[in-house]
Amino acid sequence: MKYLLLIANEEAAMKAMTPADMSPMIAAYTAFSEAMVKAGVMGGGERLQPTATATTVRVRGGKTEVLDGPYADTKEQLGGYYVIDVPDLDAALSWAARCPGASHGAVEVRPIQAM
Amino acid sequence: MSRAPYLVSSAGALDESSRAAAEGAARSSYGRLVAFLSARTRDVAGAEDALADAFEAALREWPITGVPQSPQAWLLTVARRKLVDAARRRRSGEAVADTLQVIDGIVSEPAVDDSLPDDRLALMFACTHPAIEASARAPLMLQTLLGFDAATIASAFLVSPATMGQRLVRAKAKIRQAGIPLTVPERGELPDRLAAVLAATYAAFTEGWADAAGASVRRRNLVDEGLWLARLLASLLPTEPEALGLLALMLYAQARRPARRDAAGDYVPLALQDSRLWDRALLDEAEALLHLASTLARPGRYQLEAAVQSAHVARRISHRTDWPAIVGLYDALWHITASPVVAINRAVALAEAGDAAAGLAALDALTAEPRLRDYQPYWAARASLLSRTGRLDEAREAYRLAIGLATDEAVRKYLQGCLLKL
Repeated sequence: MKYLLLIANEEAAMKAMTPADMSPMIAAYTAFSEAMVKAGVMGGGERLQPTATATTVRVRGGKTEVLDGPYADTKEQLGGYYVIDVPDLDAALSWAARCPGASHGAVEVRPIQAM
Repeated sequence: MSRAPYLVSSAGALDESSRAAAEGAARSSYGRLVAFLSARTRDVAGAEDALADAFEAALREWPITGVPQSPQAWLLTVARRKLVDAARRRRSGEAVADTLQVIDGIVSEPAVDDSLPDDRLALMFACTHPAIEASARAPLMLQTLLGFDAATIASAFLVSPATMGQRLVRAKAKIRQAGIPLTVPERGELPDRLAAVLAATYAAFTEGWADAAGASVRRRNLVDEGLWLARLLASLLPTEPEALGLLALMLYAQARRPARRDAAGDYVPLALQDSRLWDRALLDEAEALLHLASTLARPGRYQLEAAVQSAHVARRISHRTDWPAIVGLYDALWHITASPVVAINRAVALAEAGDAAAGLAALDALTAEPRLRDYQPYWAARASLLSRTGRLDEAREAYRLAIGLATDEAVRKYLQGCLLKL
């Protein structure tokens, strides 16, 4: 089954990190990605630019509305994602727990709807 | 969801002191009452529901009236009334009459605290019965004996609350429908059945340990609760050496807890721990238990694992670790358990005893084991032994994999430090 791991972080805290704090975190993410590749569960994933770069589009009654910023204003922001392919939810949860983001922010695990 | 039915729930807004008083009384009574009621009705879920109502009433009334002289008798009286109500609500003719008769029997038994029969051991055997799926056994003990809610248990076992909830409901239905007895098995059956009780107790404890940083309050609680279950088992089965061995093993681990993190919160491996930070009282208790177990002359895996711990902590006196002795203990453990985790520890001990190449060869023999592919301690051990034998590129790769598999931030940081030093 495929699952989406949505990584939510407090952007402000991330921004406040020094390069010395940042580099082990990036290394940890690299190691986490490699481990998923080795286990054969990795289905891709990316880190996102901060929400300041986000633009939200809605079409209502034929009118296009383009707004600056993310679609929802939350304490933690979507900062990246992975798609994994594992046998069941328990396996997905154990990969989510290994995601470095789980130690700092939160990782939401969502099953992907089979088409 | 109308209310949180269990005692230890993430929700709760009662004022602190009355909650503490009621919870204190609850802690000492809950498991006993669940065991007492379900041993007579064989309906664990029904007993829990009735007791949840009784405890709710207690939390409401005790802060005003004070804690009654006999809290258990008070709770039992209320719970019994709730059981009668529930049986009447179900209204299924004959079954109701039977149930009511059983409940009638409950109140005619002595309800004074000290004389209430202790059926907790029987409940532990029912929770870990072979007919109950293995993954439900430790959670079921935590819920029925200690009153943890499914969400708290789910967090510790890293499964979703919904999955854990279903697992627990299924297990309780199985006890009722399949007629799993709430009794202590006969002597002939006892060793196998006891092994399942011990395994579930240890699982409750080790899942608590999985959060080595102790950052999560929920998980830290599980460590205490696992210990509490082991103490209960050892007190109820004082002539079962493995029950004593398991308690000793947990006490050794608990005693070393303060030394597992340095002042900055960083992970400190056993070999580098400051032995002055170990809890001496707990170590003494563990040593005494292990000695008592050995006089019963029936060795087993928990006694051997405790003996490994004993060999490690001996360095607080001798200032050196007797690695060859530890290798010998792991050899004996391997013969009993054939566990790959034991094999990893044995390999590391071999290297520590001076033969890194032999240790590495022992790890190589495990590469076919599929359970180890995602097992972080295996890759960390492999990385360490590869670096000692000078195979640095492979060591780096193994460290990177171990880092990618780590769930504990402090362990991840420690492994990253090891990688940088290569």
